[in-house]
Amino acid sequence: MSDLNIATDLRSSPHLKQAVTVPQIMRNVVYALIPVCAFAVYAFGISVLLLLITTTLTCMLTESLFCRLSGKANSINDWSIVITGLLLALTLPPGFPLWMAAVAAFVAVGLGKALFGGLGYNVMNPALVGRAFVQAAFPAAITTWSPPFLSGRFSEVIPSTLTLPFTKPVPIGQWIEQHTVDAFSGATPLALQKFEQITSSLPDLLTGAVAGSAGETSAIIILLGGIYLVARKMMDWRIPVGIFLGAVIVSLPFWLLDAGRYPDPLFVLLSGGLMLGAVFMASDMVASPVTPLGVWIYALFIGMLTVVIRLFGGLTEGVMYAILLGNAISPLISLVTQPRVFGSRRKS
Amino acid sequence: MLSTLFARRSFKHGVHPLEFKELTNKLPIRRLPFAPTLVMPLSQHAGKPSIPLVKPGQEVVRGEPIAGADGFVSVPQHAPATGRIESIRLMPTARGPKTACMILHVYQGSTQQELYEYAHDVDAMSADEIIQAVQDAGMVGLGGAAFPTHVKMKPPPEHHVDTLVANGCECEPYLTCDHRIMLEQPENLISGIRMVQRALGVERAVIGIEDNKMDAVDVIAGHLDDNAAIKVEAVETKYPQGAEKMLIHSLLGRKVPPGQFPSAVGVSVFNVGTLAQIGELLPHGRGVIERVVTVSGPGVERPGNYLVPVGTPVRFLLEYAGVTADAHEVILGGPMMGMSVSALDVPVTKAMSGMVVLEQHDPDIERGLTRPCIRCGYCVEACPMQLNPSMLGMLATSSDYETMASEYHLNDCFECGSCSYVCPSNIPLVQYFRIAKSVNREREQRQ
Repeated sequence: MSDLNIATDLRSSPHLKQAVTVPQIMRNVVYALIPVCAFAVYAFGISVLLLLITTTLTCMLTESLFCRLSGKANSINDWSIVITGLLLALTLPPGFPLWMAAVAAFVAVGLGKALFGGLGYNVMNPALVGRAFVQAAFPAAITTWSPPFLSGRFSEVIPSTLTLPFTKPVPIGQWIEQHTVDAFSGATPLALQKFEQITSSLPDLLTGAVAGSAGETSAIIILLGGIYLVARKMMDWRIPVGIFLGAVIVSLPFWLLDAGRYPDPLFVLLSGGLMLGAVFMASDMVASPVTPLGVWIYALFIGMLTVVIRLFGGLTEGVMYAILLGNAISPLISLVTQPRVFGSRRKS
Repeated sequence: MLSTLFARRSFKHGVHPLEFKELTNKLPIRRLPFAPTLVMPLSQHAGKPSIPLVKPGQEVVRGEPIAGADGFVSVPQHAPATGRIESIRLMPTARGPKTACMILHVYQGSTQQELYEYAHDVDAMSADEIIQAVQDAGMVGLGGAAFPTHVKMKPPPEHHVDTLVANGCECEPYLTCDHRIMLEQPENLISGIRMVQRALGVERAVIGIEDNKMDAVDVIAGHLDDNAAIKVEAVETKYPQGAEKMLIHSLLGRKVPPGQFPSAVGVSVFNVGTLAQIGELLPHGRGVIERVVTVSGPGVERPGNYLVPVGTPVRFLLEYAGVTADAHEVILGGPMMGMSVSALDVPVTKAMSGMVVLEQHDPDIERGLTRPCIRCGYCVEACPMQLNPSMLGMLATSSDYETMASEYHLNDCFECGSCSYVCPSNIPLVQYFRIAKSVNREREQRQ
């Protein structure tokens, strides 16, 4: 008929696409984590910087290795592995030996992610799998804390950081005494509360002037990162809100019953890893349920379980195990909370 | 009412694609010249194909019936131009590579006056006579469904229909043909609504229009008397607001149960373009021989709303509107639900509301690169039918099509494309669902 010629493409509908992609979501989570990392380095010094670099690099190398072994295209460019690396470092004590951190990172990616088939197939949050491994393997090192804002933190590393591989961590009690004016008991706010009924002050908890894992100490900075992600619709707001709610539901009655022995709900929310876990770990899209109702159940479960472990378990902290258990049951939660089809009547 | 003050009338979920309506929504409807050859598929509607009334070599006059209806769920066809029937043979159409079509050679010297007319006094017609006249006009759902309109005017006797909904949402990006019809032909629309109201025996009629077309709301409101049974309502601009189940819920708060038709909740829905054509054609006893088609998209040089004779080859329309050097994909219908075509010789059919030409896509989409599902839940929050596309997609990858239908309501999916649109992993969910449905259909037929 004529010479009108177009190189036509055949595609199935829809022919338009929202511009948000997986790497973009992951990159934005990294953006939200940057202030948390920066504060961790500011509070605990170059040891934490080394820790962040070690875990992130080990994670990336492990991911590349497993991609090569399984013959798949290298997936480090989807940014999800950077999140795993950063999060893992943020959950470790500031003076955690680097070689142990590398082990944790290898286990996180190898056992927590690659073995299941990579991004999208992991059952649990990889960073927490790595952390759970080292918690069992190195119980002493993972509970050795150092106080924030030590005077020499930018010029010296915490001695235990550079422990030789396969040796016991160097004791740091003496080093801490040299750098601090007050006596540091070596305990986190959670331990102080649990064993000595000393409640840390609210401003200290909010701003991170307490001991703890590298990235868990400042509630405000973590919350800001969460608000950023929620505003960009890259995180389900129901997860942190549900976890906070669950934690309050369980802790409030006990506190009302015996305020001397049990912590108040606000302390519960702001202490330990609850904030970091609720905002950045439990919200891992892959390991959380997909249905809106399921997300509420999952989040409430994690919040409640965390407090139960804290109050009645042998451990001072319960966030990690609560999230891992929540991850484990999330496929089941998804299955039983399928959305109700438009127009269908409630089942009687 | 509080709901009108504080919330816009709408439905749950859905997506907000960029609209791109500004390319054509200010451009008046313009008539397209006649192509030298028109191609009329015998099946350009849902239901049984029409039966040709003409023989090859026969001369036809513009507007004259050239094919008859084959039973109740079928419609006749009329000659879109004066000319000679060349042949009746298999031709490629958007429905498939080989469809029986009537080929009409258009007389270039003809004035193309519409000579066929059979005047009706619509006011004196009974309900059944109106329904018969609508079928005789070859009327089908012009919004894209192509379902014979007169069939919808006879709801099952157990359903009592009390409201007629005129669907003026036009929620697909780029398309503006219904918008222009509402602006330019409000009288036709309103008289069409009155005729269908009488045929259905329905007191109440609501015209639902997305609030990005407030000018159309105002124009129509200006043509309605104050206490008339016909009302015009603005609804939220959101895709897929124009899906009948969504619109009925937005306007009336009624929910059509899964697997049922709107008449189950007492509603009949008609596209505004269809109603305006009924209003225009019925008094003259004429048939559908042309329709307004929006030609738009970044790949089109002269976008516009064209009045196109049915059967005009897409190629002719594209030559008239002009395509850019980067044009890469030709879509019949809207970009969310339309289909892309490779053969440009397929004809414009009665239900084709638009033609969108897109340019080169994002390279990832171009290569069809998909990533694993990360269970972000975006699709669950987008699905207007409140299904779980993520779960359906996972079942589809393991070819578990039966479970998709039996446990996860696959058949309630009407393929609006919201899930694929939002998927950050670029998973072609709708395509998976289409495959699953057709596999299930085939299995049922074998049994």
